[in-house]
Amino acid sequence: MDLTVHIGSLTLKNPLIAASGCFGYGVEYAGIVDLASLGGVAVKGLFLAEREGHPPPRIVETPAGMLNAIGLQGIGVHRFVDEKLPELRARRATVIVNICGTTIDEYVELARILSDAEGVAALELNISCPNIKEGGITFGCSLTGTFDVVSAVRKVTRLPVIPKLTPNVTDVASFARAAEDAGADAVSLVNTFLAMVIDVETRRPKLSNIVGGLSGPAIRPIAVRMVYECRQMVKIPILGMGGIAEARDAIEFMIAGAAAVQVGTASFVDPFIWPKLIDGISQYMQRHHIERVSDLIGTIDTRTRDKQWISS
Amino acid sequence: MPIDVVADVMANRRLSSDYNVLALAAPAIAAAASPGQFVMIRPGRSHDPLLRRPFSVFEVLRDQHGAPTGISLLNKRVGVSTGLIYTAQAGERVDCLGPLGRPFSLVDPPAQAWMVAGGVGLAPFAALAEALCGRGTTAVLFYGARTAAELFYLDVFRALGVELVLTTEDGSLGEHGRIVAPLERRLSSQRTDRPVMVYACGPEGMLAATARTAARHGRACQISVERIMGCGLGGCYSCVVPMRSDDGRFHYVRSCIEGPVLAGDQIQWD
Ligand SMILES: Cc1cc2nc3c(=O)[nH]c(=O)nc-3n(C[C@H](O)[C@H](O)[C@H](O)COP(=O)(O)O)c2cc1C
Repeated sequence: MDLTVHIGSLTLKNPLIAASGCFGYGVEYAGIVDLASLGGVAVKGLFLAEREGHPPPRIVETPAGMLNAIGLQGIGVHRFVDEKLPELRARRATVIVNICGTTIDEYVELARILSDAEGVAALELNISCPNIKEGGITFGCSLTGTFDVVSAVRKVTRLPVIPKLTPNVTDVASFARAAEDAGADAVSLVNTFLAMVIDVETRRPKLSNIVGGLSGPAIRPIAVRMVYECRQMVKIPILGMGGIAEARDAIEFMIAGAAAVQVGTASFVDPFIWPKLIDGISQYMQRHHIERVSDLIGTIDTRTRDKQWISS
Repeated sequence: MPIDVVADVMANRRLSSDYNVLALAAPAIAAAASPGQFVMIRPGRSHDPLLRRPFSVFEVLRDQHGAPTGISLLNKRVGVSTGLIYTAQAGERVDCLGPLGRPFSLVDPPAQAWMVAGGVGLAPFAALAEALCGRGTTAVLFYGARTAAELFYLDVFRALGVELVLTTEDGSLGEHGRIVAPLERRLSSQRTDRPVMVYACGPEGMLAATARTAARHGRACQISVERIMGCGLGGCYSCVVPMRSDDGRFHYVRSCIEGPVLAGDQIQWD
């Protein structure tokens, strides 16, 4: 059985990637997850400089989901390269570095630094964090902004460039297209949905940032739809995510058109989820006589609708 | 390295209409746990509640030969997860990941250990008291609650040889008022050449007051903080605590991996 998938020039040993911001810098999990067994590890979003992020409370739960407004607390790219990358390299992780900037120049500078560092497999451009006002999302919410930042980074690196798209726009697929036109090797989607929760007793927002990004199973059907829409619009591979908690969910994203998937919130609940997902995908492949997992990508059959009308 | 087990509920002892002690069969976690460490608990398999909850290891449970069989958790019912833990029945199963976090550092005689607990902040102290008394360290528990009916496990601490100093906000048992008052008096009268380590867990205001009081008397203070956690493993950056930096500013540390036990004089209290 062949679990490998291709993202541009990059080959992943399986389609499962730890989602950015949900797996620290990867090294935190080295004691409980064999990092080399993952298709990839997307590390927490990095700016050039260190950042403290938002004051707590930074997360709040909702049914089947959670909101976060971490505010991209991070150690900055230089400390990442010096302190975290060597261990990730030693553990043979396929490292996808999620980068954030307030200006195009910052993305370019980050891309340059990381292209020179040994052990980086790809760059994921975070132009979609809903929790910080400056930069990032302003590119991700404008087609020309998306195009400009992707093409600027494209010019300075040979690493695969993977912009990560926000779902907080009317037509995600047009953003995938702008990214493809600008030379992106793939797109990641979705980042979190802008949301809020209020404590009705105190009438205060439950997050210090007032609003935050919704993730987890609650968002999955919307994310699947968005991957499906992007699949119609672009040829480059899609890294799909949003609420994956079981093998079946990962398979659903792949059928909708994702070449690989990322898992975030569910690995908080079960940090040992990775081998379970791989087993589940393998069993599905056996059951459906699928030799290569990549043969699943975009295989949704929309010609024949499910006629079953008895509720199951 | 933490262990993830599906633990059988061995017993659920209701202490009041809000508090209970849940005993979980988790020998490997019990054997590995040090006082002050915590576990991440998921009392159901549905997506609501979705995330696990952190709980201090309250007691390490042992069989008649002294071999660890499990752990207990001190729970106060406040939300959905704690409600499920309050109503859990023997024989039910809960996901339990641990032990996690940095434990208390213990002190040996002649140093004394003064534990300061407010309400459900008693949670890390049964295990700590057992470990301290096992080393012959003189231990005092300063324990405050709203009312007498919410002061639990007093006989257990007494049996270990722990001296109890109690306060209630309604004056129904012990001194009337807050627990920091007797702590302050005792620190004032303690000879400075007699070493004391202060340990504290409880509401934020009590912790800040305890840390300040200890610092004023030149005593080291280990605080067990309680924060909303996403993962317990350093992955999500939800559970941060502001710590003083050298330049007079502060920086956030993750209480799940750098804590939950933090130095009281390093925490930025406001
Ligand atoms: C606590 C938290 C922090 C996150 N931080 C980042 C980040 O730094 N960069 C990023 O691109 N996405 C970040 N995300 C978004 C996730 O990578 C992912 O896109 C989203 O959570 C949906 O996937 P999920 O439902 O599997 O969690 C974060 C999500 C969460 C829950």
